[in-house]
Parts: sequence; structure tokens; C-alpha cells
Amino acid sequence: MTAEGGVQYSKIAEIKGPLVVVDDVENAAFDELVEIETTEGERRLGKVLEVGNGKAIVQVFEGTTGLSISGTKAKFVGKVMEMPVSKEVLGRVFDGLGKPKDGLPDPIADKFVDINGEPMNPEQREYPKDFIQTGVSVIDGLMTLVRGQKLPIFSGSGMSHNLLAAQIARQASVVGTQDDFAVVFAAIGVQYSEAEYFRRSLEESGALKRSVLFLNTADDPAIERIITPRVALTVAEYLAFDLGMHVLVVITDMTNYAEALREISAAREEVPGRKGYPGYLYTDLSTLYERAGKLNGRKGSVTQVPILSMPSDDITHPIPDLTGYITEGQIVVGRDLFRQGVYPPINILMSLSRLMKDGIGEGSTREDHSEVSNQVYDAYSRAQEVRALAGIVGKAGLTEIDLKYMDVGDTFEKEFLSQATDENRTIEETLALMWKIVSKLPKNEITKIKDKYVEQYYKEE
Amino acid sequence: MAAQGRIVWVSGPAVKADGMSDAKMYETVTVGNSKLVGEVIRLTGDVAFIQVYESTSGLKPGEPVVGTGNPLSVLLGPGIIGQLYDGIQRPLRELSKASGSFIGRGITTSAVDMTKKYHFVPTASNGDEVSAGNIIGTVQETDLIEHSIMLPPDHAGGKLSNLVSEGDYDLETVLATTEKDGQSIEVKMYHKWPVRKPRPYNKRYDPTVPLLTGQRVIDTFFPIAKGGTGSIPGAFGTGKTVTLHQIAKWADSQVVVYIGCGERGNEMTEVLVEFPHLKDPRSGKPLMDRTVLVANTSNMPVAAREASIYTGVTIAEYYRDMGKDVVLVADSTSRWAESLREMSGRLEEMPAEEGYPSYLASRLAEFYERAGRVQAVGSPERDGSVTLIGAVSPSGGDFTEPVTTHTMRFIKTFWALDAKLAYSRHYPSINWMNSYSGYLADIAKWWSENISEDWFSIRSETYGILQREDTLKEIVRLLGPEALPDEEKLILEVARMVKIALLQQNSFDDVDTYCSPEKQFKLMKLCVDFYNQGQQALKEGAALSDIRELGVVSSLLKARMDVKDDEMPKLAQLDKDMQEQFKSISGVKVSN
Repeated sequence: MTAEGGVQYSKIAEIKGPLVVVDDVENAAFDELVEIETTEGERRLGKVLEVGNGKAIVQVFEGTTGLSISGTKAKFVGKVMEMPVSKEVLGRVFDGLGKPKDGLPDPIADKFVDINGEPMNPEQREYPKDFIQTGVSVIDGLMTLVRGQKLPIFSGSGMSHNLLAAQIARQASVVGTQDDFAVVFAAIGVQYSEAEYFRRSLEESGALKRSVLFLNTADDPAIERIITPRVALTVAEYLAFDLGMHVLVVITDMTNYAEALREISAAREEVPGRKGYPGYLYTDLSTLYERAGKLNGRKGSVTQVPILSMPSDDITHPIPDLTGYITEGQIVVGRDLFRQGVYPPINILMSLSRLMKDGIGEGSTREDHSEVSNQVYDAYSRAQEVRALAGIVGKAGLTEIDLKYMDVGDTFEKEFLSQATDENRTIEETLALMWKIVSKLPKNEITKIKDKYVEQYYKEE
Repeated sequence: MAAQGRIVWVSGPAVKADGMSDAKMYETVTVGNSKLVGEVIRLTGDVAFIQVYESTSGLKPGEPVVGTGNPLSVLLGPGIIGQLYDGIQRPLRELSKASGSFIGRGITTSAVDMTKKYHFVPTASNGDEVSAGNIIGTVQETDLIEHSIMLPPDHAGGKLSNLVSEGDYDLETVLATTEKDGQSIEVKMYHKWPVRKPRPYNKRYDPTVPLLTGQRVIDTFFPIAKGGTGSIPGAFGTGKTVTLHQIAKWADSQVVVYIGCGERGNEMTEVLVEFPHLKDPRSGKPLMDRTVLVANTSNMPVAAREASIYTGVTIAEYYRDMGKDVVLVADSTSRWAESLREMSGRLEEMPAEEGYPSYLASRLAEFYERAGRVQAVGSPERDGSVTLIGAVSPSGGDFTEPVTTHTMRFIKTFWALDAKLAYSRHYPSINWMNSYSGYLADIAKWWSENISEDWFSIRSETYGILQREDTLKEIVRLLGPEALPDEEKLILEVARMVKIALLQQNSFDDVDTYCSPEKQFKLMKLCVDFYNQGQQALKEGAALSDIRELGVVSSLLKARMDVKDDEMPKLAQLDKDMQEQFKSISGVKVSN
């Protein structure tokens, strides 16, 4: 194949679902980018999934609707799919394949980068430990986010995960620094209104000029969704590791991504794993999530907050399940709290931040943070047990200490968890609220905090 | 003769090449113009099916495939300790020198620094009749590891000659030769060994010595023996990785091999950052001086994930053969099973349960059988052990899925992690009702000889309290706690105490992270004494509320964090206080 122009193949042998099989292929490479030209002259992009014995199986990103066997031509481009990147992408809106969607011309590229990225060498990673203050008490206090972390929001249809993600994107800051930051937002198969809500939210807070948006909405081709997070992360990596910015990547909704993957796998007639999802779903998801991080000797960072809606709120469904095994914790949005009108409706007992332990404590938040958060978790978990018991035996059957735990549960939800969407609490305010909850318990119930901190912060009312 | 073929088909990590009639099964090959590393996993006619250990992006039919004639092997010699390897023993530090922060392809490096000089002290002499596995000398690999230079286990033996004198040599120096039947074989500081072939040993022993991990719920309740096998299954967020890190940190073994198999990149970074600063509680030296890491993170090529388990266990066996106790921790065997499933799918094999290949069980069995406490081959006589601990990540936290159920058949200690415990921040979230240890009877002798003669009975009594609580909980759930008589309420109280003071352990607390066997026993005994004295006091008319409010309760609950391992008198004082406080309430009738 010549370097420029490529070779034209006209023989398409088969079209099934999102795939086309190209015949008489001599010089195609695995993973290579393919341009498909329809009889009407329309151009679509695809990539080689399998090549050999004179055939290539090509996945068409824009879908195969309208393609015909006779008139369609396939051209092998001679390289893998690349995204042009430069500082000019900031403030721009792209479609799901990384083409401008805001009516402006292509940004002038500083370089072209393979959208699949390469795995970070674990030896070259810098362990993430810079506390990000999101201003949301429940996150800062109990499931702290740090720079370079991947912390997904597990939600369900109709709940307020977008409000929360937008609030995090607006308020996230590292206390006491003025570092360059950017927001990369990737919408995968979401409704137009959701994508628009996010865009407006960034615009109103003045962050839009520091943001890059990739929008694949529900009416865009499903197979394009395989590409959307990859172009978004490629841009994020460029901003972080080439330009030294701290990048927050919000991806919504990963469930739509996994479904697109399942569609391709089914078309290839692969042996399915659980619920029809391909056996390599875990590996595939990890090639996205693992692109969060920090690198030794480089200034920037990529922090990911992917959002996924759990089908029927089921956390054991393969998508949240495999995600949870890869990400560094999860923020779980709870249906019960949502119904009660609590915002943010986060179920803290199921939520967790794995990197919290290194992002908090003396020097970043406060020395008692870890212990007081353990105690709050413990107390709220006891409160839930007591509530369940009270549902059966009635309040009369509870002991005095049980009643105290019920009180703790109420205070926790009303004063600590609940927060306005534009309320930005400092970590000091958050910690004070946590001690207020703990102080509702008698001292001998406090088993997770060292005496010296109890003496310092415990305030009986 | 090395096979020379050409690629005919590429799909992900699977490649077919023809012209490969000279290739052998499990031979390593170089694939394509960029010389990627691959391994032959099926031969049909002259077509070889190859799994490629690096990304195949851009690979084309027609590119060459060249056989190396050798099976996938690891290099065994000084310099392994402290390294971070990928799944096929390439040092990630060297890879970063070649390709920067991200992992490039087609890079060949040596597993250890071949030019580094070690101080060799011969322990054999010229003229000795030597055979396979014999130690001919030692070098100091790290502050903690004295590395024995052994003849390879498949060495033909013979008369030792040309042995060098004590001095500094690098790895390529010929330290000696052996002569037999007119043939001369060179002996260097290193040799190679195929990873899929277990290293031989003379005989196996019963595992009767506990592997002490400093984790109370493990050592006291569900112990594992040196040379034993254990598995730790749990849904995400239940603390698998933290528990495995704790074992890797504090286990009383001389060498730790930690395999990050399809897991998070930051977890390996954490070990790399943390271990050089942590001190081994027994020697006071940095933990990195006894640790080898094998990392094939989830986003690295899937075929190398399959190999990483074998790379790790072969390194473990090598140090075992020196007479050392080695712990191998694999996180997670489920991801390894998934890589088997993925290759099996590409081979279009008939799937068994959930798409896993039918040979999943036999592969797991083969892996866990490589554990054991053995007498090594060769002289001088020496015993070593490999303890295998594998994490399992059951999908949806469901323990009936294939990897968990098959693993349970081949291991003897089962630490079942429980999402409910984790949600209430009870860590380690090892469920005391679902976990078991097959080594309990074997190692009880060690505890009674070294710690206390009543260890077994006190442990049974403590476990009995937990079992009683489990039944009583059902009643409480239906009728509320007030429905129980005081003696049974006391069981609930003490069970709560056992859970907080004993079963829970804070890995991030400087004191609590490691608990000596003495302290474990004393804490357990205090709980049991509290229970017995409490029951006695109730009989004598004390009120339950008085027992609950004794000052000693909160000290006991916090003793795990407040009392350091070298402050055992504090626990004795606690015991005294407890007796006095009970005396003060006994016989005092209090009207409710």
C-alpha cells in the first residue's frame, strides 16, 4: 500500500449489524483505520477487527444503515485512528468521533495521537494523594476524591447524578493552589437535554472556555460510542501530560458504551460472558478507566468521574460490577434517599473511595479526618440497623442507646448529607458537621477515634 | 531448527501463522516486523496459533514469525528481589527507559542487571561430586536475602572444577564447571527455567507451621500454614487488596512475590512507593528487600496476564529451593481465568460454564499444587515453602460462579469477604461464619507450644460466642433485643466486643496494622474472661447495664490501637482492672 492515497477495495462481501466484511484484502493491518465510501459519496469511518486469509472484518462507527454490497468502497488508511490535539481544543464542542460540532473549523493540530493510548507503566505512575475539595460534604468527608483517581458515580435512571457531576465539575479545587485546570466532558448516548444541561452549567460558571465537550447523543450512531470516550481521554491525556493541566473527565453514561460493545460482540458471534456482554468487557473497560492517573516528573493529572446508570438499580449487573473492580471506589446514588427528596442522595454505606486514606489527614485535611469518618460510617450503619429493627418491634422496643443512633441517622441525613446544588462547603465546615454527628453519641460508644481527638473535638450538646 | 513462518490472520491478541511445522507447543516466537513476543498454544498442520504478549495493533498478514526454540522461561539469579516485572519478566523500570511513561512494544531487556557484581563466597570445593540442586556458593542479594547459587534442577551433575575463589563477579562469569563423561558444563550465577514446569523437590512435608500475618482474624481464627493454600474471594469494595497488601507486608516469610494480575495500576505504584519505607517487623530492614512484584495491570495485554501467574510462581519456587519460606500473593486469579477465557474464545473452543474453558479447573488445580513445604533437591539438605494465596473477584459477589467454586476445591483456607461487613466498615471484612481453615488442627500445636497451652480452648470458646450470637441475632431481628434474657444479652455484648476488639483491625493505624501472636492471644483471653466474669456477675445479681458500663469496656475495645506489641504489661493491668471492677458490682442488687 502506498503511503498516500491508500488502496481502494470495492469488494464488500457481507454486511451484518455494525460490521462489513471486505474481500480480496492484501495489505490491511489489525486495528487499522478504514474509510468507507457509499454510492452517494458519503464517507464513514471504521476499523479492522480481524484480518487474514484475504478478508478483513471492519467495524463501521457510523453504522451500516444505507450501505450496499455493490456500490460501497473501502479504503485502508494505513494508520490507526488518531485525534488531532492542540491547546485550541479548549472551549470547543466535538461530536462523538472528535469532529467539530460547533460550526467552527478543525482546530490546528499540534500533533496527532492514537486514540487507543498506551498503558501507563505502573513504575512511572505517581501515587495520587492530592485532596480535591469538591465542596460536597459527603464526598469530601467520607469518600474523598484525589487528583488522578477514577471514582465513578453509580446511579439509576432518572436520579440526580448529572446535578452532582456538574456540581463537582464547577466546584472542584485543590485548596491553596492556583494550578491550571480543565474539564473534559464526554456524553455517550445521553439525551440532548442532559448534555445541554451540562454545557450550560459549565457556561454559567465560566468554566466553558476551559472545557472540551464530546457529544454523542441518543440519536447518534450507537457504534460511534466505542470511540467517544477514547477521543475524550486522548485529549485529556494531552492536556494533562503535554500541557501540564489538571483535567477532570466526566463521562456519561458508561452503560450505553457497554451496550454498544455488546452489539459488536453479538455481530461477531462471539461466545458471550454474563448477560450477553462479551467476556472481555472487563479488559475493555479497563483500557478506559486506567487512563486516569498521574505520572512521575509531569505536572498534570487525569481524574475521571464516569457516570453509569445501573440497569434496574442492580449493583451486581456486569457493568457496575466490572467497573467497581477497576475503579478506585464508587459513589452510589440511592433510590430511597432520592425518593425522600434528599440531595445529593448518596448511599454512603455502599460508597467508598480507595485513595481517600492517602489524600486526607495531617497536612492535607486534618489529622482526625480518617478516624472521625470511620466513626460516622459506623454510626450511620448502626442507625440503619436500628431503623430496620424499629420497623418491626416499634420504637418502644428499642433501648436508649438505639434511640440515640436513630437521632444520629436523622442528623446525618438532614444536616450533613443534604446540601444545595450551589452550596460549596469547606473541609473545615464538613469536619465540624461530622463531629456534630459523633457528639450525639455517648463517649463510650466512640470506639474508632483515639482519645486525644475525642478530647479535642467532642462537644456534648 | 527454529521455525520460520508468516502471519495469515490477526484478531486481538491471537495470531495464526503458517509455515510453522517446526514449531513446538508452548515455544516462544517473535511475531511481526516489530518483533513482539508470543507463545505457540496450538498447532494444526503447519499453522500455529500464537498468543501475543504485546498489543497487536498494526500487525499485518504476511509479516514474519520466527521461533526461538525455547519455551517461555524466566531468568533466575541474583537481582530479582526488589524488581517490578511485567507478566513475562521484563523489568518495568527498564521498559520506561526505552519507551517513557507509557509501555511501548517489541522491547527486549534482561530480567536482571547482568553486569552487576556480587560478592561470591564458595561453599563447595573443586573436586566435589555435585548433582542437580547443589549449592556451590552464596551471594548477598539484598540486606535481607542471602542468595544461594545452585546447580539447575535439571543439571546432569559431575565433578566440580575451576571453581573461582571468593570475590566479586558479575552474572555472566563462569563460576565453575562440572565434568562428567568428558562433557564440561559451565555454571554461572543464573540459570533459566520454563515457567509452566514446576521445579522438582525431594519430598513434601505436612504444613504444620503457621504463617503468621499479624492479622488477628487470620492468625487466630482462620490460619494458614507455611506451604499452604488460601483464597480470598470478595465483591469489589470488600477490601481484598488491602488484606493482600497486609499479608505481603507482615507475613513472617523471607520472600514475598506479589502478582498484580489484571488489577489497578495505582495499586502496584502504591506497593512500590510504600514498601521501601516500611520496615520488616522482625529484621527492621525495608520490606522491599524481600519483595518481588509482577505487574500485569488490567489494561496491559491480556495474554501476558495469563503468563504472569506462572512467572511469579516459578520465581517463588526458585527461592523455596534455597530453603526459604516464600509467600506468593496473586491478585486476582479471576482476571487470570478471564484471560484464559478470552484466548479460549479466540481459539473457538467449546465453552463450559459462563464461557470459561473446560480446563479452567485443571489449570487452577495445577497452580495451587505448586504450593507446599518441601525438602529441596541437592545438598546441603534444606527445607523451604511456597504459600499460595489467591484473590478471587466473583462477578456480582456471587460465590457460586465458576472461578470461586473451582478454587474452593483446591485450597484449604477460605477467607470469605462480606460486602455487608464492608458496608458497615468492619475491616477486614472476613465473614467469620462462612470462612474456614483446614490447617487449624495442624497448627494448634505450634500455638500451644509457643504462646499458650489453652490457645485452642480459648479460641473455641471465643468462636462459640460468635456462633451463639449468630443464632440469637435471628431472634432479635424478629422480636427485638428486649425479648432476650440477660445472659443472652451479655452474649450479644461480648460478641460485639470480640468483633470490635479482635476481628476488626485498622490497617492504616500505626499500632493496629500488625498484631503479635502474644497480643492476639491476650486480647482474645480478655474477651473470654470478660464473658465468664460477666455471666458470674449476672448470677450473683449484678445488672447487665452495670456490666455494660464498666470502665474497662472502652479500654478493652481500644486496646488493639492503644497497646503496642511491646507493652504487654498494659494488658495485664487491664486484666487486673477488669477483675476489680467486676468485684465492685457483684452482689450489688440493682432494681431495674
